[in-house]
Amino acid sequence: MTTINMTVNGKAVSGDVPDQTLLSEFLRENLRLTGTHVGCDTSQCGACVVHINGKPVKSCSTLAASLDGADVKTIEGVSNGELHPMQQAFNDNHGLQCGFCTPGMIMTSIDMVERYKAAGKDLTSDAIRAELEGNICRCTGYHNIVKSIEDAAAKM
Amino acid sequence: MYPVKYHKATSIADAVAALSAGDDATILAGGQTLLATMKQHLADPSDLVDIRSIDGMAGVSAAGNVLTIGAATTHADVAGNADVQKLCPALAELASHIGDPAVRNMGTIGGSIANNDPAADYPAAMLALNATIVTNTREVAADDFFDGLFGTALDDGEIITAVKVTAPSKAAYAKFAQQASLFALVGVFVADGAGGVRVAVTGAGEDGVFRQSGMEAALASGWSEAALDGVAASEDGLMSDLHGSADYRAHLIGVMAKRAVAAA
Repeated sequence: MTTINMTVNGKAVSGDVPDQTLLSEFLRENLRLTGTHVGCDTSQCGACVVHINGKPVKSCSTLAASLDGADVKTIEGVSNGELHPMQQAFNDNHGLQCGFCTPGMIMTSIDMVERYKAAGKDLTSDAIRAELEGNICRCTGYHNIVKSIEDAAAKM
Repeated sequence: MYPVKYHKATSIADAVAALSAGDDATILAGGQTLLATMKQHLADPSDLVDIRSIDGMAGVSAAGNVLTIGAATTHADVAGNADVQKLCPALAELASHIGDPAVRNMGTIGGSIANNDPAADYPAAMLALNATIVTNTREVAADDFFDGLFGTALDDGEIITAVKVTAPSKAAYAKFAQQASLFALVGVFVADGAGGVRVAVTGAGEDGVFRQSGMEAALASGWSEAALDGVAASEDGLMSDLHGSADYRAHLIGVMAKRAVAAA
């Protein structure tokens, strides 16, 4: 067992967990933050993406024990009273059908837009599609996801 | 995942002690292969020794035309580093296409090299760039480092601490990615640098990454796509699997090599 202390969505949290506990398990089972989804268990689908110290990573492929002191943001932490522009854009553009992959899509997309803006690079639809390589959706065919991200990028 | 003991090493000596103390201890860096493998019960180490927090293990420095890249430097940090972009843009470009963005924020260059997956990108770069693999005990030339499928020259308890790359005059990497995994179905790294003209192929060899000597000789006598016209890659020793047959991979080696030469 390892005692871990981290900040999740701005709040200090702690827990005693077996060393093999994945961050996705810690978030869902210890903290009951079930917005982070586990879609594949093979580290490919990206439904579990959260931000660790500001960077998107797959929470199913990270040990909670290795994150003592980390600052973690999950889908539950992105809205600030009202929906984040990315969430609103997915809503407005029908960027989801079943919604299972959406938390990971949103976490990846927020970072994508912020990173391209910071670098002064144009976030083209081709770039969006390439950046979504690690997020798999079985419903939408991605068209409306790309439209959602383009919409949010104009507003963020 | 089976139970495992986690150690956050604070120094090389601490890591070496933890590695030797465990029954079947192994090094954890980004964990983007190791943890996925453990989840599928294909690996069952007794202990994980996390080396990422050791001072000096992550980061890039440049001295003259030599880059030193810490073993725990993530793919995203290699791709975004100004010194790498200036001295060896082909390496930055390669790093920017490993896996997906989330994987690139965790996976490390040292982990990729130590794992020596036969379809990984970095081993081709190390071989083509005549890189030096620096460990806690010695320095090993890339030519002597990679040793068959998932095999390396590393001894028990030996830890990669950095890689050293001398800026080439020309280099490029062309990858035909397997669409589901984003690993190389075939990847070819071409370089004209301190080690002469080199062509390294990943994703194709039954024994992992290898140098294509016929193409090296052709490019040494004239760096052009046309120089490769008469050089057919043999299918002997190439992998055949559901993603592609050996003769298809052999064909792709020629195509990717030309693309890389054109891009360099």
